[in-house]
Amino acid sequence: MTSASDLRDLTIAEARDELAAGNVSARELTEAHLAAIEVARDLNVFITETPDRALADADASDARRAAGEALGPLDGIPLAIKDLFCTDGVQTTAASHILEGFVPPYESTVTENLRNAGTVMLGKTNLDEFAMGSSNETSYFGKVENPWQREGDNRPLVPGGSSGGSASAVSGRLCLGATGTDTGGSIRQPAAFCGIVGMKPTYGRCSRWGIVAFASSLDQAGPMTRTVRDAAILLGGMAGFDPKDSTSAEMVAPDFEARLEGGVRGLRIGIPAEYAVDGMNPEIAALWDRGKAWLTDAGAELVDISLPHTKYALPAYYIIAPAEASSNLARYDGVRYGHREDGEDLTSLYEETRASGFGQEVRRRILIGTYALSSGYYDAYYLKAQKVRALIARDFHNAFEDCDVILTPTTPGAAFAMGEKSDDPIAMYLNDVLTVPASLAGLPAISVPGGLSSEGLPLGLHLIGKAFDEQTLFRAAQALEYAAGFDSRPHRG
Amino acid sequence: MAVDIETVVRVARLARLTVPEGDLETLAGELSNIIGWIEQLDEVDTDGVEPLASVADIKLRWRADEVTDGGIPDKVTSNAPDPQNGMFSVPKVVE
Repeated sequence: MTSASDLRDLTIAEARDELAAGNVSARELTEAHLAAIEVARDLNVFITETPDRALADADASDARRAAGEALGPLDGIPLAIKDLFCTDGVQTTAASHILEGFVPPYESTVTENLRNAGTVMLGKTNLDEFAMGSSNETSYFGKVENPWQREGDNRPLVPGGSSGGSASAVSGRLCLGATGTDTGGSIRQPAAFCGIVGMKPTYGRCSRWGIVAFASSLDQAGPMTRTVRDAAILLGGMAGFDPKDSTSAEMVAPDFEARLEGGVRGLRIGIPAEYAVDGMNPEIAALWDRGKAWLTDAGAELVDISLPHTKYALPAYYIIAPAEASSNLARYDGVRYGHREDGEDLTSLYEETRASGFGQEVRRRILIGTYALSSGYYDAYYLKAQKVRALIARDFHNAFEDCDVILTPTTPGAAFAMGEKSDDPIAMYLNDVLTVPASLAGLPAISVPGGLSSEGLPLGLHLIGKAFDEQTLFRAAQALEYAAGFDSRPHRG
Repeated sequence: MAVDIETVVRVARLARLTVPEGDLETLAGELSNIIGWIEQLDEVDTDGVEPLASVADIKLRWRADEVTDGGIPDKVTSNAPDPQNGMFSVPKVVE
């Protein structure tokens, strides 16, 4: 355990053991990552770096350990925090001009939990503005670059979104793990694009309190890591009941790591017919087939299932999420915090502040949401979408009578080049076609690296579990990870 | 349904967003495309289906009706664009 790059290659589980054995200090771990962050600034992963805070966190951790008071598996682990989590005294922007300079006087519950677990905060990661995007190209603070490149082609690729900075940071060895948030795929899709593990827990498992709201009935925080075990450990530090979030599930989070090694013998893996869409990228179809074979080789049983309303999940999502967003984002009015444009009167102050403070995609979604909620259209669009959502949730409920977890690909393709899809909103939305259904149903889901495309880019396999059965989901993901044996590295990091 | 320029203007006003005149036509086209794509939902038979607003199978919890916070005007206004005497400020609303 000598070189700094070795320290950055540790998993969270390994770092935990090395810290416990006294082979490495939290300060050494932290300094190695801070140095790497400086070198990788051109990837634009962080909106705000917090090196002083990180070193103070690390020293406090080392002091606890020296006194025999180490807090648990995450004590001293350097993390990156998506800049959608409010952090007391540290700028929180949601990657929007309208929140530039906003310094919360309070801490989100998830980051508070992580602080109480002894973690080290390296900085706040870049994202799509207000988490609205699938490529991290809509950030006011600039695009994030994926540490991966196509073979023989050095054009910069997107890391996916919206948690693109967190995904790039984990993939590029700039942190041991990161927090993300997922509304329609914002953890899982960037995890797939960057060759890492990304997990969205059951809706209600992690508190939403202090997370800048996008679509409240869908938003959920989750871990982004390099292994399934690390995701289980990190989720353990994030999850838990919180009376401050009215939709927080009133139950104790289990030890997510405890049953990881249980294997999948006898587990029933649902294969939804509707996900095999015409024109599916043959590489993705082949990846899916490999995933099925890996799980059956490990003793699982494949079950054909039907999720008949799958095709309507994405259009339903693009009514529900913008409708909730248009309501949530009404608070950004230039009066109480954030950016302000002066106007002649109060209405023009609102209108000018919001016009200059929000970026193009956010404005577009606010307008769609406002339209869908407006008088005369509410029933036709919003209520209709909510009914379709009910049918999608029912589909999953029925399918889980016959299976324990569901296997699909995570994305329709690998990471694309910057600018390749930014002119066509619907083409961009289609990135989430495979992840959105589980979001609408509030189910836990995880993306695990499954191999490389012919262009040398990572592809993800996606597992969906029953509500509040993250343990079975992690167990299946662990089996998939062992079988895939994914050990490829990005070009950077 | 195609979204025309007039509708964009109306919705933008509801959302308190100024849309520059020059952007109206483009925006109307974009929104029409998106809404047109969303209208495939009309193919789904939803007769008798209860709309699902939230998957959280949770009853709203009761809590004691008591003050748990307060007395921190400096914190509350610490991010305000133009705080004055511990208050938020806006342009004159009433003559």
